Amino acid sequence: MQTLPNASRRNFLKLAATAGGGLLLGFNWTETEGAVVATDATAVNAAVPGVGFNSYLSINPQGVITILSPNPEVGQGIKTAFPIIVAEELDADWRKVVVEQAPLDTKKFERQVAGGSGSIPHSWTRLRQAGATARQMLIGAAAKRWNVPAAECTTASGSVIHTGSNRKLTYGELATEAAQLPVPTDVKLKDQKDFKIIGQTIKNVDNPGIITGKPLFGLDFYREGMLFAMIQRPAFGYTLKSVNDTTIKAMPGIVDVVTFDNNVAVVGKSTWQVKKAKDALKIDWTKTDATESTDDHNRLFKELLDKPDATVRRKDGDVDAAFKSAAKVVTAEYQCPFLPHTPMEPMNFFAHVRPDGVELVGPTQTPELARNETAKLLGIPPEKVSVQLTRMGGGFGRRLKADYVIEAVQVSKRVNAPVKLIWTREDDMTGGSYRPAVRYRFQAALDAQGNMIGYKLRGASINAGNSTREDNFPAGAVDNLLIDSVDHKSAITTGPWRAPITNFLAFAEQSFLDEVAQAAGKDAVQFRLDLLEKAKAKPAGAVKYDVDRMVGVIKLAVEKSGWGTKKGVDGNAVSQGFSVYFSHRSYVAQVGEVVVKKGKPVVQKMYAVADCGVVINQSGARQQVTGCIVDGIGHAMYGNITFKDGVPEQTNFNTYRLIRLNEIPDVEVHFVDNGMDPTGLGEPALPPAGAAVANAIFKATGKRVRNQPFAEDEAFKSVS
Amino acid sequence: MALFNLQINGRSYRADVDPDTPLLWVLRDNLGLVGTKYGCGIAQCGACTVHLNGEATRACVLPVSAVGKSKVTTIEGLSATGTHPVQQAWDKIDVPQCGYCQAGQIMTAAALLKHNPKPSTAEIDTAMTGNICRCGTYHRIREAVKVAAASTGSASTKSK
Ligand code: FES
Ligand code: FES
Repeated sequence: MQTLPNASRRNFLKLAATAGGGLLLGFNWTETEGAVVATDATAVNAAVPGVGFNSYLSINPQGVITILSPNPEVGQGIKTAFPIIVAEELDADWRKVVVEQAPLDTKKFERQVAGGSGSIPHSWTRLRQAGATARQMLIGAAAKRWNVPAAECTTASGSVIHTGSNRKLTYGELATEAAQLPVPTDVKLKDQKDFKIIGQTIKNVDNPGIITGKPLFGLDFYREGMLFAMIQRPAFGYTLKSVNDTTIKAMPGIVDVVTFDNNVAVVGKSTWQVKKAKDALKIDWTKTDATESTDDHNRLFKELLDKPDATVRRKDGDVDAAFKSAAKVVTAEYQCPFLPHTPMEPMNFFAHVRPDGVELVGPTQTPELARNETAKLLGIPPEKVSVQLTRMGGGFGRRLKADYVIEAVQVSKRVNAPVKLIWTREDDMTGGSYRPAVRYRFQAALDAQGNMIGYKLRGASINAGNSTREDNFPAGAVDNLLIDSVDHKSAITTGPWRAPITNFLAFAEQSFLDEVAQAAGKDAVQFRLDLLEKAKAKPAGAVKYDVDRMVGVIKLAVEKSGWGTKKGVDGNAVSQGFSVYFSHRSYVAQVGEVVVKKGKPVVQKMYAVADCGVVINQSGARQQVTGCIVDGIGHAMYGNITFKDGVPEQTNFNTYRLIRLNEIPDVEVHFVDNGMDPTGLGEPALPPAGAAVANAIFKATGKRVRNQPFAEDEAFKSVS
Repeated sequence: MALFNLQINGRSYRADVDPDTPLLWVLRDNLGLVGTKYGCGIAQCGACTVHLNGEATRACVLPVSAVGKSKVTTIEGLSATGTHPVQQAWDKIDVPQCGYCQAGQIMTAAALLKHNPKPSTAEIDTAMTGNICRCGTYHRIREAVKVAAASTGSASTKSK
């Protein structure tokens, strides 16, 4: 695979080098670069104003193409992927592309959200058209100058070419004239075989800033005169009674202590002084009767699973009859705990509430929500609120909520000053919006030939709403099916966590299918293929996934992993486990390989085959799939938040374990090359990871791990 | 509050702060050197890794009063221009996802290579295990350390 360099990066290094150590590091209040990425030669040229062609791109006389990336960058690589798509249709020279993060402007960009792996599918065509339209205008300008038909002109690498007369003009030379031409409404998009940038290995456009420690993130934003704030929030099920604010206000550097919504905010002149003051808070909380412990939840799950009434999510055929006539019934339950998001950059936001409006700067996956909630809180029109997006140090769904933005606004309003609100890591782990805890009960009815004739799934959850995804495979492949759910409302706040619901549901479903295949005496893969064949030939109810694409990833995963043919190496037998999942519009099959070392199962390797249609950027796509697998395995193995009377028992990385470098398996990634329109990859490779591992552990040890975290499951502990 | 003279990235800085303030927050809040990140505050994640006389050190638990005359190197001073072999390897292998942990990862890797220019995979794993990457870029981190090691071999791994 060819690697395309990015001139921004190279020139940046060169330019900075010629500055001869003159880089000034002094006492300075640095503002986040947020908006402009490339502080390099291209960017110096970019300082020359360009002419705008549309919301996404402008070109200046130097030929520098500035592409705005409207969506929040959370590590999913959108700030690199979006411009690639525009640049492709424009036929730009990638080395002359400068990427800027656009501020919130829903009139121009419509959807500015980082969530649901939805950015690429939403914007694919619109970004291509933005590039293609500008390209056509550039051709038009050249044709006019040369007085030749536009149809005789071609483009390549930032120039329009007329082969007949051997003439060439760069986009920079044509930009001003081209931008004045009428905007074409009907442009032809490229044939995929002509893609030159899409599908290559292209590096993160923010690398130069990241590797040199530039202020890219929300926490890096500083403003002269800004105050710092931290908040002590109540545990779940408590309200604020009183606080020793007089003592705290007398502490060095502390400017104020303010309260709102049961929160106590300490405001001061430096992060550390505020942190010390926060630690010195003495707060009386009133306990409500709703405080809960993990033990309560474990009891509760059993009640919910046995409850006679539940919300029916999908019903096909006659399940009762199927189970009555069954030759064999398989039943199993799976459970997962609450999880915090723990992005490496904790929640933070800058807010300045002024009489004329509100300025917001920081990391958010949903800037529009931040703006609207701020406007609502203050009773002002949304136009009075500006939102500048910073790069995010991870989000994993946590920054889809605007609670921490609103906190910053609340504090700024009360102290009448610009404020940066910072959550400590402890706040992040104890402050909620967790992945909800869920317990699933599955039942399968098999006939005498081992066919699955009935299937039941009940989800019991805490603050998850519908904990099932009722149309997921194997729905559509089983004639008699009942999927329902029961939810318990708790004071513990929950929210979307990377691949919401499916991050655990996939583990449960794909593990259970393994159990059923085993009971039916069938190979795990063949069992799934048989079901898919049935879904295609004689579907039961609606089939809301593409059977052929699912079969496609299964077959390629079988081929790449050598499913069923693996022999052990180093005297250790290799056991493989299979998993396949459709979520967030993409299809991913995975094979986990486990060996038993010193009596313990060790995940040695993971194969992943993804069908996300056209791969925009090989580097970014591989990284998302690999990162999802590391994430999926890490949380399946170790992630756990438990509660005692409404208080989370894990508060930082010393008690809450994340996977580390020495614990990762090898990962081999493959993509199905089918030319379909691209879908997102920020989530889809996470859901199948847990089951691929658990199914391999079962094969290796005979022990079925049904609860997360695996490391604490009895089955896992008792492996010998 | 007390006045401290600090040697950072080959320059002198003065900071008037509480003596127990961790170096991390002096760098960030007082000196505008925000490349060094906060991730946990309790020496568990490595996001705040700097070099103290060439040793990888957690700035989040190092009171500024304990720094004394030690020479501090932060990501901004590893090379002013991104030309340190570890930085270049990080770009080449395209390690960063969200990027937030990477300054700490780079500083840990640079310290490792300074002491051990040709580390084995096991040695890399041991050295890098103290640094969390929530995005899961560990495979590329390991690869980039190897690339940086291969690209140097000699004196060029020396950090300031
Ligand atoms: S912030 Fe210092 S080790 Fe985490
Ligand atoms: S790149 Fe996001 S935490 Fe490491």
